[in-house]
Amino acid sequence: MEIRKADPRSIRLIARLDIKGTNLIKGVRLEGLRVIGSPSDYALEYYMQGADELIYMDCVASLYGRNHLSEIVSAAVKDIFVPITVGGGIRSSDDATQLLRSGADKVAVNTAAIAEPTLISEIARRFGSQCMVLSIEAKQIGIDHWEAYTDNGRERTGIDVVEWAKRAVRLGAGEILLTSVDREGTRRGLDIGLLDAITSEVSVPVIASGGVGTIDDAVTALKNTKVDAIAFADILHYKRATVAEIRAAVIAEGLNVRNYERV
Amino acid sequence: MSVFKVTLIDYGLGNLLSVRRGLEYCGADVTVTSDVGQIRRSERVVLPGVGAFKVGMEYLARLGIDTAIRELAEENTPLLGICLGMQLLFSESEEFGLTNGLGLIHGRVVPISSLNLDSDPLKVPSIGWSGLQLAENHVQWSETILRESPVGAEMYFVHSFMASPTDQNHRIADYFYAGNRVPAVVSRENVIGCQFHPEKSGKNGLNVLKQFLLL
Repeated sequence: MEIRKADPRSIRLIARLDIKGTNLIKGVRLEGLRVIGSPSDYALEYYMQGADELIYMDCVASLYGRNHLSEIVSAAVKDIFVPITVGGGIRSSDDATQLLRSGADKVAVNTAAIAEPTLISEIARRFGSQCMVLSIEAKQIGIDHWEAYTDNGRERTGIDVVEWAKRAVRLGAGEILLTSVDREGTRRGLDIGLLDAITSEVSVPVIASGGVGTIDDAVTALKNTKVDAIAFADILHYKRATVAEIRAAVIAEGLNVRNYERV
Repeated sequence: MSVFKVTLIDYGLGNLLSVRRGLEYCGADVTVTSDVGQIRRSERVVLPGVGAFKVGMEYLARLGIDTAIRELAEENTPLLGICLGMQLLFSESEEFGLTNGLGLIHGRVVPISSLNLDSDPLKVPSIGWSGLQLAENHVQWSETILRESPVGAEMYFVHSFMASPTDQNHRIADYFYAGNRVPAVVSRENVIGCQFHPEKSGKNGLNVLKQFLLL
């Protein structure tokens, strides 16, 4: 019987769908959004390719204080049977309730948590910390220094991301979705320094997002940092790789990931 | 026409829609309810649940569902507890102070180990996909809800506490969290519990729901 000792991680390969209105979109550094297509078509395809989870992120919700994701998610759970995280524009635990009732398993909160950190505790107390994902949008401001941004990478906060991550975990965040605004959509590879800085300081799982240009970029991050999951967007949307191809490469490196066969 | 009638208990906790869709995908006719009368008339019952043990028991008791579930179990009505729903089947839990559970399976719900075999700290909650392994008292799963699941079938887990049956025969499958055995599926007659989320475990999980409908 296999006993996994060396690497306690059970690595997850996640498809990330950024949503504007009813469309799947993709930008560069969270800007210059381009319409990709229908989120439901892409979501189902990624589920069939073997994605371990899906993340839906409404990129303009904070700006307008609204969210279209409830309908998209409740439609998705008809034929998609993997965990779903939803973020963008969640301002209260009632907003979270609505999304969880629509079929989401976890909610990701950034802007409202920075404005009112007790929202993290409120959601964690009500639904459990495993439901409460802290979304961090990080921009590098110096050597080994990153600042947290809100409103989809538009607004500065002056808050250091490492300090913020530690505080949020104390408040009850059960997971961190860590997006590098500098790398997002650039295909230049994940920000290894950022991933290291956060994973060495917090005890909860960290999802790395932003910058995967090639399968090698993902493998490099998994081998050189303690991240628990990687979120893929651009590489999947533009069909440079499938989830199955990424998985095969990760397994070939001896990393502990779900050994999935096509549904 | 669906032939598998299932009652999905709505007591305010858990991802009801996903569990419902999963059961429907397997051909079930699902009634979502918190009505004790309706629950008592069930052919099969699913108790979902995400959240804290104490809150879960309070909600069940407030609605009188705890008594209804115990009666159904006594009549041998198939009952599936998922995640927190599985833990609630047990005698008691240590989460936020010792709290009594439904008492359908003897044993206590305890925190999962926060250290691996080398005594290095582990991340809690345990989140991710892991393969099901035979529990130590089992050589196969043929008479169980896992009869269509191969050893190693990977399921999606997310939890900080685990439910350990006192009687090892009630423990059907485990998974390894960094080398530590964690109970994954338990059963005592028709009372069954899954620590993982079958409605979130793709094809493997749907297989388990299907087998529950066939009980």
